[in-house]
Amino acid sequence: MTEPAEIRAKVQVRDLTVRFAGKETLRNLNLDIYPNERLAIIGPASSGKTTFLRCLNRLNDLQHTFSHTGRILLDGKDVYDPDVDLAGLRRRMGMVYAVPEPLPWTIYENLVFGPRLAGFRDKDDLDERVERSLKSAYLWEETKDRLHQPAHNLSGGQQQRLCLARVLALKPEVLLLDEPCSGLDPISTAKIEDALVELTESLSIILVTNNTKQASRVSDRTAFFLMGELIEVGPTQQIFTKPNHERTDAYITGQFG
Amino acid sequence: MSRHLESEIEKLKKRILSLGATVEETVSHAIKSLGERNAQMAKKVIATDSEIDQREVDIEEECQKILALHQPVAHDLRFIIAVLKINAELEHIGDATVNIAERVLFLLREETVDFPFDFQEMAQKTQSMLNRSLDALVNLDAALAYAVIRSDDEVDAINRDMYGRTQECIRKSPERVNSYIHLLGISRHIERIADHASNIAEDVIYLVEGKIVRHHTEDFKHGVENE
Repeated sequence: MTEPAEIRAKVQVRDLTVRFAGKETLRNLNLDIYPNERLAIIGPASSGKTTFLRCLNRLNDLQHTFSHTGRILLDGKDVYDPDVDLAGLRRRMGMVYAVPEPLPWTIYENLVFGPRLAGFRDKDDLDERVERSLKSAYLWEETKDRLHQPAHNLSGGQQQRLCLARVLALKPEVLLLDEPCSGLDPISTAKIEDALVELTESLSIILVTNNTKQASRVSDRTAFFLMGELIEVGPTQQIFTKPNHERTDAYITGQFG
Repeated sequence: MSRHLESEIEKLKKRILSLGATVEETVSHAIKSLGERNAQMAKKVIATDSEIDQREVDIEEECQKILALHQPVAHDLRFIIAVLKINAELEHIGDATVNIAERVLFLLREETVDFPFDFQEMAQKTQSMLNRSLDALVNLDAALAYAVIRSDDEVDAINRDMYGRTQECIRKSPERVNSYIHLLGISRHIERIADHASNIAEDVIYLVEGKIVRHHTEDFKHGVENE
């Protein structure tokens, strides 16, 4: 990502306030996510990081106590407009969670399940999606000869890369990651991080992480959330060398959190 | 900050301040050895240098260890970077005092010559710069650090003046050329110590404000640092 100010934002969050059962969990949030950037979101527990991520592709809708004000624009259109196709939105903004949950099928079936649901049936196209997404997730070399074996036979790190590949098979425009490496060893973590760096050639990434070192390693910009508010967002190098706010400094140097 | 990192940083702070105190004392002795024509004191300055060198290496290794094991960020990171740089400046000051002491020993072997200028004023200004730059480090006082940098011009001016005066002395007493060249060398080394103090002040500003000012000192010498 180069100079974000001159690039039209892929996602624009405007005056977003989120409540669960009337209690505010995000307050008046304004944030832009640019094309081909990796934005890390850091902050202590209960700062609203995951709530924010789940607002973007409307996973919070599943909770009946959820309500919001403000807007989230994807390419200029509010994702909360009544005419938005939810399945389509979630294909465009795919999510990878902290704990890998492979479907109880083969590696291949895990990867073609989403595209098939979305109406893609052509075998060559599906095969191409499988290979491309596995390569993008740095998993192709380890699985190309065992595509039709159960996904549950993969190690934890491989399962997480499979979950990443499963989202990539749908060719998303924005990738949402919620603590994707929290349970992984350093080698698996490094592979996911390498994949994320290469993936921004074709999409935008929003990475929620409690691991500030990971944020500093892989992101272009970092946003610091605290108690439902965006305290500051800026180039990662600046945030980790000279943050503007004392609370950011205190958090990243481990004085609280 | 974890308690472990906190205690490592506290330990490092004590070590750099202790090295600073030793270097300050060595500068004082080097200048005194010249004023008092004291060979013993000059030899002591030379002997202290290996201790300064060893402590500089120890501090650098300590910084490397903290960087590798704790990967500090924000003000902790700036502190380690500042210590690494200040450490090197202090070691350079140590080298400058050795150079002064060696020249003092040479001068003591020669017939006495009059100083062509006021060493005391230059030495006092330089010692004050070093003292205040280390105070700025202890108290994280950027305003004091800016003041130190501003003082550097005064020492530079005295050093420049020294060239003209030395030339004149050599013209008058060409047989004493070696002594005058050594005195000029001493002036040059005192001026270098002032430069190192100024560099320490720049490192303190980086530590406190996160700003790298070393290529823009002309700006704030004219009072625009807060713009």
